[in-house]
Amino acid sequence: MSFPLLTVTAALPAVGAIATAAVPAAQRTAAKWLALLFSLATLVLAITVLVRFDPDGERYQLTESHAWIADFGVRYELGVDGIAVALIALTALLIPFIILAGWHDADPLETGSKRWRPTQGFFALILAVEAMVILSFEATDVFLFYIFFEAMLIPMYFLIGGFGDRAHEHGEKTAATQRSYAAVKFLLYNLAGGLIMLAAVIGLYVVAGNFSLTEIAEARANGSLDMATSTERWLFLGFFFAFAVKAPLWPLHTWLPNAMQESTAPVAVLITAVVDKVGTFAMLRFCLQLFPEASKWATPAILVLALISIIYGALLAVGQRDIKRLIAYASISHFGFIIMGIFAMTSQGQSGATLYMINHGISTAALMLVAGFLISRRGSRLIADYGGVQKVAPVLAGTFLIGSLATLSLPGLAPFVSEFLVLVGTFTRYPVIGIIATFGIVLAALYTLVLYQRTMTGPVKPEVAAMPDLRVRELVVVAPLVVLLIFLGVYPKPVTDIVNPAVKQTMSDVQKKDPQPEVEAAK
Amino acid sequence: MSATAVHSLWTTAAEPITKIDAPKFEYGQLAPTLIVVGAAIVGILVEAFVPRKSRYYVQMFVSVVALAAAFAAVVALAADGYGTTKARIAAMGAIAVDGPALFLQGTILLAALVGLFTFAERRLDPVEHGNRVDSFAAQAASVPGSESEKAAIKAGFTTTEVFPLLLFAVAGMLIFPAANDLLTLFVALEVFSLPLYLLCALARRKRLMSQEAAVKYFLLGAFASAFTLFGIALLYGYAGSMSYATIAQVVDGTVQDVNPALADTMGNDALLLVGAALLVMGLLFKVGAVPFHMWTPDVYQGAPTPVTGFMAAATKVAAFGALLRVLYVVLPGLRWDWRPVMWAVAIVTMLGGAIVAITQTDIKRLLAYSSIAHAGFILAGVIATTPDGVSSVLFYLAAYSFVTIGAFAVVTLVRDAGGEATHLSKWAGLGRRSPLVAAVFAVFLLAFAGIPLTSGFAGKFAVFKAAAEGGAAPLVVIGVISSAIAAFFYIRVIVLMFFSEPRPEGPTVAVPSPLTITAIGVGVAVTLVLGVAPQYFLDLAGQAGVFVR
Repeated sequence: MSFPLLTVTAALPAVGAIATAAVPAAQRTAAKWLALLFSLATLVLAITVLVRFDPDGERYQLTESHAWIADFGVRYELGVDGIAVALIALTALLIPFIILAGWHDADPLETGSKRWRPTQGFFALILAVEAMVILSFEATDVFLFYIFFEAMLIPMYFLIGGFGDRAHEHGEKTAATQRSYAAVKFLLYNLAGGLIMLAAVIGLYVVAGNFSLTEIAEARANGSLDMATSTERWLFLGFFFAFAVKAPLWPLHTWLPNAMQESTAPVAVLITAVVDKVGTFAMLRFCLQLFPEASKWATPAILVLALISIIYGALLAVGQRDIKRLIAYASISHFGFIIMGIFAMTSQGQSGATLYMINHGISTAALMLVAGFLISRRGSRLIADYGGVQKVAPVLAGTFLIGSLATLSLPGLAPFVSEFLVLVGTFTRYPVIGIIATFGIVLAALYTLVLYQRTMTGPVKPEVAAMPDLRVRELVVVAPLVVLLIFLGVYPKPVTDIVNPAVKQTMSDVQKKDPQPEVEAAK
Repeated sequence: MSATAVHSLWTTAAEPITKIDAPKFEYGQLAPTLIVVGAAIVGILVEAFVPRKSRYYVQMFVSVVALAAAFAAVVALAADGYGTTKARIAAMGAIAVDGPALFLQGTILLAALVGLFTFAERRLDPVEHGNRVDSFAAQAASVPGSESEKAAIKAGFTTTEVFPLLLFAVAGMLIFPAANDLLTLFVALEVFSLPLYLLCALARRKRLMSQEAAVKYFLLGAFASAFTLFGIALLYGYAGSMSYATIAQVVDGTVQDVNPALADTMGNDALLLVGAALLVMGLLFKVGAVPFHMWTPDVYQGAPTPVTGFMAAATKVAAFGALLRVLYVVLPGLRWDWRPVMWAVAIVTMLGGAIVAITQTDIKRLLAYSSIAHAGFILAGVIATTPDGVSSVLFYLAAYSFVTIGAFAVVTLVRDAGGEATHLSKWAGLGRRSPLVAAVFAVFLLAFAGIPLTSGFAGKFAVFKAAAEGGAAPLVVIGVISSAIAAFFYIRVIVLMFFSEPRPEGPTVAVPSPLTITAIGVGVAVTLVLGVAPQYFLDLAGQAGVFVR
């Protein structure tokens, strides 16, 4: 038996979570360092996975398979394809930055009960989320995936509801109420989605008799597992509903602005850059592979919903007064692009969508974390409370600008490549939708540049006059992200090389070929 | 009469007296029940003869030993193969010794053992007049608030009768799911119900509420018993027999030897349908299914919390066991008639329990409605009418009972000046003040809500899977929807504990003795083990999934 690399990669943050939670109440700093250490060690393991993964090799690599709950037909099966590897790397990469950025977010305000340990809890919960997210990227057993897909809601819920911005324009009491509202909304939306999926998971078992993704997909492909058209569609809808809540797709998106607005910036990054990616990833891995026919059947409707997400998210972002809420709506718009890329059913579209997941993770992290630093300095999330920051804190303003430009997909920065691929991929099959989606970019320019202009330029507001520039810790967080944005913008090949073979596989699952260019077809 | 038989003018030779065979009892196979009954009788003698000071310890000792020994007997029987290959009917056809019976008896005994620890807890209430006191009234017979009550408290009386009462209830519960004829079923029902009525009335605090709960429970329970009894009578009229197997044969039309005296009245379908309906109604009352659930919230709220926990867990196990046996052994031939009705009951139970629970403001009432919703989930497994259905229900019951006892044990810890602080508003900020207790309670709530990696999820998945395979897919969808509704109020409690500011005059968390700690610890351990690695227990339930007939 070979070394269970995937299990260890997922288990390490889980162990880290327990260790961090066990640190005595007084040793707050030790807990932080311990959490950081575990997240870095996980990153090392994730890079090992990345290195040992052979893009041209078998579809699922580093596989592990053990009996687990035979009565339910459940096995503990792990395996990664190119898409999963890339997303695991993204997750492991972002968590250390999230921990560093949230270094002081959970310091207790007052010394409460001796047993009350918010700091330990905060970092332990982040690591717990990391462990569950990594496992759900690795699981090739539908049931195993479902378990972690659902279970990660609990630590996320405590992160949203338990920790918020220090300063709040309405005072701590209102903040606590709004926080728990946001947390409950988050949980109920996702739990409802998950429970609908549970019904579909049970249905899948009744139809297929086991939960192994590879076995079911193979049986589907060679025709030994026949599903009635209506059954397949119902099951597809059950799965897709859960993923669409998570992703989030209009009209199931309303939990995201609340959750991102009320949680601290690092937790907001954790939601949108890490956890939500499980939703879009699962569409690629489970919806398309298990239910190829139903996926094709639902494509027009999903594309329209994605298009609405793109335009609606962007329009609402333009109108926001709150920085974090603005970024949340921008994310909804971006998730629209990702889902559009997945369901355009072209290889550019799906490569672009996968690349988009990575790039959106990095660019949102950069923008949101800098926004978080900004907010922690002024104690307000309202755009109107800022002005002229670039004169007092040029580095902060500069990184904020790069994050904003990445969000609007400026050529030369990473998101441009993916957005271009998605649009090209969509256009070749659905030109009208592709054209309308392009307006999303125009709106993106509007909301990001207006945000930058209102907060960073203009006369210096008295409240921000004494604002310190980025500290060393904050620079350590932001600089690598900015470097990555530029690097992947100029040279995205390392990622596309890993992702493309997996996308080809998925395309062959749904038996779709890329449309031929018009000219050739005319010949 | 032949002439030779006459040997005198006044007498005639009787036929030789046929010897009435002495009933043959398989004491070994009935050992679990006999041990518990015996210990209960010993408990009564202890009350009579042992000095008051040492009764508590003696009773504790007797009860723990009895329950442990009975559990050992169950394990020994199961290991001997009585659950599978050697499954048989003992005690002249009155009691079945088979897989489901042994599995449920084992569950009931373990639940009772854990429940017993919460009964015996004496550290939570403040010391009164130098005596440690438990959750039970000093002297049940004294009127609340009267002089005699004060005197009893001052004298340091405690109601150690609760231990034999508990044992009697357990004995009835052990027979209830194993009963193989209707009369035994009814006797078992009464044997476990009467002690429970009494136990409900024995709360030390809020005695009037407790007595009210007991009266309600008793009156409604008596009604339900009457229904059951009437149903039994009608079924006897239908089949001419009390025995499960014979009734089933008559239903199937495969009955062999018909008593000619009964041949005329046998097989009247009206008797069968009405009788079966009344019998099942009585069982659904004990299970707490809508629309026979009215007693549940009041009784759960009023009864002393340890009793509530025990009752919520063990009664449900016993009653579902009996329901399963009646439906699967007696009435399988009638399933096209009872399935639609049970569908309706399951649907209203799931939805009703979940929806009404949302508006509750008392933690014990909330858990009561949640138990109703769970009864609905279990019914979905009952309706499957497959071996998988049986084993999934068995597994669910085992998982559920430990979560329930643990959850109610936590409720006993949160107290203010008036005893347990059960109003939800008082639980605000508990997570700040006692993170450990709140975290443990959160684990139980998440298990109730069926979040993965807890026993609640494994159980829910098992019953829903069985229901879907048994052709009840719409029930699964409704079950999933009501789970989503139910999640809302479990989450609400978690929000309250962790995200609300603690109240200055809020309750304190009492430090319990090792007894309650054990009860809660076992609850948490079972919840997590059954959630992460349920295979062994699913196997056990799977092997135990076949009834003997």
